[in-house]
Amino acid sequence: MSLWEYANPKKFTETVTPLIPWVLGLAAICLVASLIWGVFFTPEDYRQGATVKIIYLHVPSALMAINAWFMMLVASLIWLVRRHHVSALAAKAAAPVGMVMVLIAIATGAIWGKPMWGTYWAWDPRLTSFLILFLFYLGYMALWAAVDDADTAADLTSVLCIVGSVFAVLSRYAVLFWNQGLHQGASLSLDAEEHVADVFYYPLLVSIAGFVLLFLGLVLLRTRSEIALRRAAALDRRAEARAAATTGEPA
Amino acid sequence: MTGLLGDYAGEVISAYIVSLALIGGLVWLSALQARRARKQLKRAESRHG
Repeated sequence: MSLWEYANPKKFTETVTPLIPWVLGLAAICLVASLIWGVFFTPEDYRQGATVKIIYLHVPSALMAINAWFMMLVASLIWLVRRHHVSALAAKAAAPVGMVMVLIAIATGAIWGKPMWGTYWAWDPRLTSFLILFLFYLGYMALWAAVDDADTAADLTSVLCIVGSVFAVLSRYAVLFWNQGLHQGASLSLDAEEHVADVFYYPLLVSIAGFVLLFLGLVLLRTRSEIALRRAAALDRRAEARAAATTGEPA
Repeated sequence: MTGLLGDYAGEVISAYIVSLALIGGLVWLSALQARRARKQLKRAESRHG
């Protein structure tokens, strides 16, 4: 069995339909468990006090905001190279989810920033690159909406996605490239010495799992919807062409 | 709840409210889109079979 079989819209729909409720249900369980664990059963940070509890929303949403764009990049490249419609629709479906993740990251970051930095916003490299990423998400969605021909829209948005990847990379590594910003270094690292203390780390991992599953479930759901809408439009077009052929009028 | 969160209760609670509202809105809009797509496809299939 090849992975490319799922490029068939019918096969994709049949496969993901039973999975969606399970994925979204698991996401809800992980999110509720991690947020209750984080708020009620973890201590305050010795310097940041209770504001550290915002980490369970801020870090996973920021992580997903960047990774959603990379998922869109992979899907866009598959579209450009192999012309699989499902991959273009998956990229389109992921954009609103990624945009909401950026919004959550920026909003929670601002709320967290006010008591810690004394300001909601600063033109810090990471914050600025996130704002640009947010604008790229908006532009990407606007471009899909602005172009009538679906294949042309997929081509143009794929190119925009490739260009925007530069800012997604910058968002990820801005804190490493420039040291003059207010934003702290990465909270998570493969190096055990560098990440947050274990008492915050474990609920954070559960929260990240919840956000990943939420993203996956919503992307599958929205891709299935996009496939259904595309098929309905194709059926309507075919019927119009048939009707025009019978009456002798141009379709 | 506010006692549990000390001096920063307002910040923590507002961060959770904003985030959960955004997630809830996204899930709701996605479910609406799924319902609309299903209806549209069913109508197209029954009309043009």
